Amino acid sequence: MSAPGHALGFDGLAMEFPGVRALDGVSFGVRGGSVHALLGENGAGKSTLLKILSGAYLPTAGTLCLEGDKKIFRSTAAAIAAGVAVIYQELHLVPEMTVAENLLLGRYPRRGAFLDRAALRTEAGRLLQLVGEDISPDARLGRLPLAQRQMVEIAKALGRGARVVAFDEPTSSLSEKETRRLFAIIRDLRVRGHAILYVTHRLDEVFELCDAATVLRDGRHVVTHDALAGVTRDTLVRSMVGRELTDIYNYRPRAHAPGGLEVRGLAGPGLREPVSFSVARGEITGFFGLVGAGRTELMRLLCGAVLPTAGEVRVHGRPVQGGSPRTAIRDGIVFCPEDRKKEGIISVRSVTENINLSARRKHLRAGLFLDPGWERTNATAQIARLGVRTASPATLIGLLSGGNQQKAILARWLSEPVRVVVLDEPTRGIDIGAKSEIYALIQALAAAGTSVVIVSSELPEVLGIADRVFVMREGVIAAEFTRAAASPEAVLHAALPATIAN
Amino acid sequence: MSRPPLPSSSAFTRVWDSAGMLLVLAGLFLLCSVGVDNFLTATNLRGLALAVSTIGMVACTMMLCLAAGDFDLSVGSVVAFAGVLGATVMNATGSVLAGTAAALASGALIGFVNGVFVARLGINALITTLASMQIVRGLGFIVSDGRAVGIRTDGFFALGNTAWLGVPVPVWLTVTCFVVFGVLLNLTIFGRSALAIGGNREAAHLAGVPVVRVKVVIFTLQGVVAAFAGLVLAARMTSGQPNTSLGFELEVISACVLGGVSLSGGVARLGAVVAGVLIMGLVQNAMNLLNIPPFYQYVARGCILLGAVMLDRLKHRN
Ligand SMILES: Nc1ncnc2c1ncn2[C@@H]1O[C@H](COP(=O)(O)OP(=O)(O)OP(=O)(O)O)[C@@H](O)[C@H]1O
Ligand SMILES: [Mg+2]
Repeated sequence: MSAPGHALGFDGLAMEFPGVRALDGVSFGVRGGSVHALLGENGAGKSTLLKILSGAYLPTAGTLCLEGDKKIFRSTAAAIAAGVAVIYQELHLVPEMTVAENLLLGRYPRRGAFLDRAALRTEAGRLLQLVGEDISPDARLGRLPLAQRQMVEIAKALGRGARVVAFDEPTSSLSEKETRRLFAIIRDLRVRGHAILYVTHRLDEVFELCDAATVLRDGRHVVTHDALAGVTRDTLVRSMVGRELTDIYNYRPRAHAPGGLEVRGLAGPGLREPVSFSVARGEITGFFGLVGAGRTELMRLLCGAVLPTAGEVRVHGRPVQGGSPRTAIRDGIVFCPEDRKKEGIISVRSVTENINLSARRKHLRAGLFLDPGWERTNATAQIARLGVRTASPATLIGLLSGGNQQKAILARWLSEPVRVVVLDEPTRGIDIGAKSEIYALIQALAAAGTSVVIVSSELPEVLGIADRVFVMREGVIAAEFTRAAASPEAVLHAALPATIAN
Repeated sequence: MSRPPLPSSSAFTRVWDSAGMLLVLAGLFLLCSVGVDNFLTATNLRGLALAVSTIGMVACTMMLCLAAGDFDLSVGSVVAFAGVLGATVMNATGSVLAGTAAALASGALIGFVNGVFVARLGINALITTLASMQIVRGLGFIVSDGRAVGIRTDGFFALGNTAWLGVPVPVWLTVTCFVVFGVLLNLTIFGRSALAIGGNREAAHLAGVPVVRVKVVIFTLQGVVAAFAGLVLAARMTSGQPNTSLGFELEVISACVLGGVSLSGGVARLGAVVAGVLIMGLVQNAMNLLNIPPFYQYVARGCILLGAVMLDRLKHRN
């Protein structure tokens, strides 16, 4: 299906893992000088396709096609040499080294046997200019914010002469402003004739940035739109999910009862002033703010990951002992962290193991021994409830697609009735069908009397699901809105730093 | 959500995954039975079992330690120190009980201190136990003045030199350790917590696993079991020897690695560790029977370890 005019083509690509057919005869083409969206549900095979493109996986069948030449990359080095770069969500950089050292990793300029420092710096500076970013080549990479690290990765790819650049969910951890910068760079690449493949779960980005789109479902090619004129959000969703999805939030008002979560004068690192708020039983509150507004810091204080310097947290009227997640969980607060890879999954253990990690303590025999029956039934039930796509409950969680890992981690906290649940970016990297199921689940939890706190950087999500919205800005709660009063403009305005807002 | 059914993984991968090392062990055993004279005799097999009994016991706790993402290099020194201390106290008091208690308590204390340094103070386990390995070895020499301490309490020798149902007592004790720690690893929340911590410490912490407590308990258990192994060894040799078990920690870790325990934590299976221990013993035994000079035996052991790790990598390739 890849016509001669395509800079990059996929021809009958198939990939099988033990127990999983991740890709099944996928064919489509990407034009040079265009941004091509790659869409699909969690586990549809998007990341797998990118890994084949990067030479990390050898496909079971099928070929790639670069500028008309049939190709199969047997190593990542071969892909780089052929001018293909894949920017993964987990960046492949060395945090301990400087920006310049990272940019030219593996091809340092030399003078005789020695590293040519001067040449290293000038070349690095030139590459950074390609992405128009004001980063010092001497800065230690680990100190940079995530967005800038991503820019470094892009500059590194361009420095190696990449003509085809693929991105895997690049904006999922970026702020609004950083996203703008990234889009500007991508548009610039398009003008210069690069072929760009862009994986995302955010459909708004597709219409804003992309020229064409391909949808995968269960490893199979569903449709390729060579132009997006006449394509609507609903068309894309239908081909992704395979059914109609109207109101994904499906919000229903619920009765609230007082005495859920009460926070008084909570202070600690990352908060500029002590914070007080409360969440009723059965209420869903959303915490909106720009990246770096202190939301995650507040939640980490709340759940005991960080010791507060002052203040009090009460659940159902009883004080929560802070400073350890274990005591916070015992006293009724559970927390689902935002950084799934680092703080959520235990990648070398099975899906079952990951789901049962926290709740099993309440299901021991003789206070000591695991209950194999419960372990099995709970895992199976949670997998079904959240639609986690896994070959079996015994599969290592690290082998699941990103979104399915996220669902399994959510399941860890939803196995038990809880009093307060804090979800930090719960739908990051989750496809739209699964999102709507998670929203339904959150509402069901609330209806059963749980107080829910959701941190999200996606405004529509906060407005769609929350009964009440708190806006954080620069380490304080800057505003509070009821559902009725929370218009997108008002909430966004409250979230912007004062200097910009005025 | 309706999904198409997924094909199940091939039977071979599943068998290999769960019992690969046991198959290797069975193969080696057959090979030795056929190819090595005097291998398949009751005396030789009893000797083989006795030879791996010390490593076997300590491999149990080392497995837990590695599972939780740590190392313990001090076990060899603890084995020697416990033997020496036990012998000295028994000679001084004439009481087997007092000597045993002193040795076990010292092992627990050493392990506990290791655990506190590693888990509570966050000092790298390699460095902590490298230090305690030397300190404890030194203490062993100090207590014994550098000489073997002959044990004068005859009752104690029963621990090392009697047999039950034709099988030496140390072997029974090792089997008991295998069972106890197998249960601990697979059937208790403690074992699962250890694996979770080794797999991702931060995630385990946030999920409410008491990381520090579990680690301290593991190191303490490790100390106790190593001290116990030291006592059994002293009973077999009828003396506590301060310079026994040099390099023992590396043998134990090798056996665990042969048994598929991941050095980066989170992965451990007791059955495979038992197989790893037995493979090491078997190869050693066969080389002795074949009169291979000791210098070559070192080379052979190293090659086997590398080979096993390669095999493991190949397995994970596909
Ligand atoms: N190394 C692997 N071993 C086994 N199965 C794998 C492996 N990598 C991916 N899979 C499986 O292949 C399928 C496709 O995964 P992939 O990561 O490509 O999905 P994705 O479309 O990127 O999803 P997401 O939106 O959640 O990131 C999933 O079912 C996943 O579990
Ligand atoms: Mg993916």
